Amino acid sequence: MNMMSEAAVEKALDKKMNDISYKMIGKDVSVYYGDKRALYDVNLNVRENTVTALIGPSGCGKSTFLRTLNRMNDTIDGCRVTGRITLDTDDIYDPAIDVVELRARVGMVFQKPNPFPKSIYENVAYGPRIHGLAKSKADLDAIVERSLQKAGLWNEVKDRLQEGGTGLSGGQQQRLCIARAVAVSPEVILMDEPCSALDPIATAKVEELIHELRANFTIVIVTHSMQQAARVSQRTAMFHLGNLVEENDTDKMFTNPDDQRTQDYIMGRFG
Amino acid sequence: MSISLLLLIVAVIGVVGYLIGSWRANALAGGKLSSLHSRPGYYGSFVAIWSMLPAIAILLVWIIASPIYIGSAVRGGFPDEVKAEPQATQNLNYNMIGAIARGFKLLSAEERDALFKDGTAAREVLGSKGVPLAADPAPYMLTAADDLNRMTTASSTFLSILVVIAALAGGAFAYRAIAPKFRARNRVEGVMLVGLIVASSIAILTTVGIVASMATEAISFFNMVPAWEFFFGTTWDPRFAAAGATDSSGQFGLIPLLAGTLYIGFVAMLVAVPVGLFAAIYMSEYASRHVRSVAKPLLEVLAGIPTIVYGFFALVTVGPFLRDISAQLSGLVTGNYASFIQAQSVLTAGFVMGIMLIPYVSSLSDDIITAVPRALRDGSLGLGATRSETIKRVILPAALPGIVGALLMTASRAVGETMIVVLAAGVAARMQLNPFEPMTTVTVKIVNQLTGDLEFTSPQTLVAFALGITLFVITLCLNIYALYIVRKYREQYE
Ligand SMILES: Nc1ncnc2c1ncn2[C@@H]1O[C@H](COP(=O)(O)OP(=O)(O)O)[C@@H](O)[C@H]1O
Ligand SMILES: [Mg+2]
Repeated sequence: MNMMSEAAVEKALDKKMNDISYKMIGKDVSVYYGDKRALYDVNLNVRENTVTALIGPSGCGKSTFLRTLNRMNDTIDGCRVTGRITLDTDDIYDPAIDVVELRARVGMVFQKPNPFPKSIYENVAYGPRIHGLAKSKADLDAIVERSLQKAGLWNEVKDRLQEGGTGLSGGQQQRLCIARAVAVSPEVILMDEPCSALDPIATAKVEELIHELRANFTIVIVTHSMQQAARVSQRTAMFHLGNLVEENDTDKMFTNPDDQRTQDYIMGRFG
Repeated sequence: MSISLLLLIVAVIGVVGYLIGSWRANALAGGKLSSLHSRPGYYGSFVAIWSMLPAIAILLVWIIASPIYIGSAVRGGFPDEVKAEPQATQNLNYNMIGAIARGFKLLSAEERDALFKDGTAAREVLGSKGVPLAADPAPYMLTAADDLNRMTTASSTFLSILVVIAALAGGAFAYRAIAPKFRARNRVEGVMLVGLIVASSIAILTTVGIVASMATEAISFFNMVPAWEFFFGTTWDPRFAAAGATDSSGQFGLIPLLAGTLYIGFVAMLVAVPVGLFAAIYMSEYASRHVRSVAKPLLEVLAGIPTIVYGFFALVTVGPFLRDISAQLSGLVTGNYASFIQAQSVLTAGFVMGIMLIPYVSSLSDDIITAVPRALRDGSLGLGATRSETIKRVILPAALPGIVGALLMTASRAVGETMIVVLAAGVAARMQLNPFEPMTTVTVKIVNQLTGDLEFTSPQTLVAFALGITLFVITLCLNIYALYIVRKYREQYE
């Protein structure tokens, strides 16, 4: 009974969000690593306050597409992006856009937990300090606490904020990285296989967290696992050989996909 | 038979053993290699090892032992009055007998018999064959030389037979051991392992030997000069030591030399650390792959320049340049063109040494900065940090322990550096703070004390060993501490 109503609420939320416009719009996005082309004219829109899952076999360009959304590809030698991507109404590849500011708005969580070799507190406070988000120590304390709470880590670490972030377990480290991203108050959070290095219990915790974060953030997540995509996302995009094959409601995607290749992939015929 | 020929024969037996062993294993397998425990080559190697190693071991032992045995046998045959002479004289006699024996081999049988009849011609005859003798040989020497030759020949023949038999027997033994279930691979690898262990022990034992020999000399120095006068003495004035004189006293205070060493090293680090570190940051974080591929090898070429060349550079270019420019400067300020920087000075030596150290600092730090995982960089950039913020707040703090380790290693090079300071620092052992004046270092004084006519009995020369071992201990401590830090830093990322 309870389950039903929760699902119903979710549906309603989805509907409402669907009425609201797209958070990010990618148009004819192509990416080249040197001479090698990794993405072919991808058109993919990311809905606000929605979890969008990117799936597809290894090497199909999921991470590459994800990284175009906050221009992390800029840090790779010889990588070139064409096409147009907007965040709200701003073209993020416009030379006038400050990439630093963009990344503050579009945060990222990586495949392997990568806390800085600093204390837990300093890890979370890193972004706010850089962007001058806190006016006082008390402010900063509040941001750190709030972020850790949002990442569901506060109760586990509140007594040892000054201890090293690298001393946490893998799952805690990943949630710390999520807290670190959340602390900058981004609008979009990108996650590249955030659970691939975690055990099932830690994975479940992170998935639950993604679910909760959806209320405040727009989330794009790359995942290897069909089940995970089904569990956490509302929209799913399937990539294959650098092409976007299909983008659809997650429910539909996993029950009745439009494209044969999606069907094959989901049935485990390649990948 | 000569030793090299013998070795060749053993090697041939080994090769043949290898072939036979492999062939035998193949034959046993009968086309089904999987029925063998090891691949046929291992059986072959097993036979080869058994035919060669024992034979060579016997050869080595014999080569060392037989001259000792023959020597004592020959000396045992000396007449009693010769045996009563001092050891040194006996050694001279024995050497002469060796020379005569060598000479005998060049003579025909008749010539030799003639010499036995008339010993007085011996010196002349042998001299004409290219074997000079220091004096006319006593008659017993000729007999002894003859005995020596006979024994040597016998020994050599016996050795040849023994070695060949050992090689054949070893090979046969190994050959008989070959069976499909025989674990040839494990045996062969065991021998390999022993070989590797021997190789590494040689390196370690050599180090131990060097330290031990330095230590013994240093100890005999400390028997003449009290240790505390050396370690805490503030005057370095070893005086001139006449060869053989052990009583000429001097003062051997280490402190002024150590002060010079540390001061010059400090100036060098002052130059090398910032430049090297900035170069490393640029190379690892900013330089495009193209720039990096050109600039990094160029920097490392600097590390390959022999330090004597830097010494030249200091002596011929930098020193005079600093002196002249200081003269110009003081001329401009005071009107008196007196240079306040001397050509040989702490500054000159430190500056040039600093240049020498730049590539060490930069390439070590570059490795360490590059070893900071890309994930940390991405993490910081992904939060909207700029590149320089990322370097300042994430990469350098993460790399800091490693960089400190690298700097310590560099410092130990600075302390041990010799050629630059010999040419550029001066020889005056003084304690003072003016970097424009010459000072001297531990290494310079070692060179000084060991130059010229040497006799290792006076404190004037033995002090070099005390200085050497002090230097060794300092650099060893620096290096161990550096390694410790670097290792701890490595663990952080594992
Ligand atoms: N830094 C890079 N340099 C060159 N090629 C890359 C780089 N990163 C990814 N690629 C290539 O781009 C393609 C897509 O990679 P990626 O986006 O990582 O795939 P996915 O995340 O879907 O497994 C692959 O063929 C990969 O080899
Ligand atoms: Mg990927």
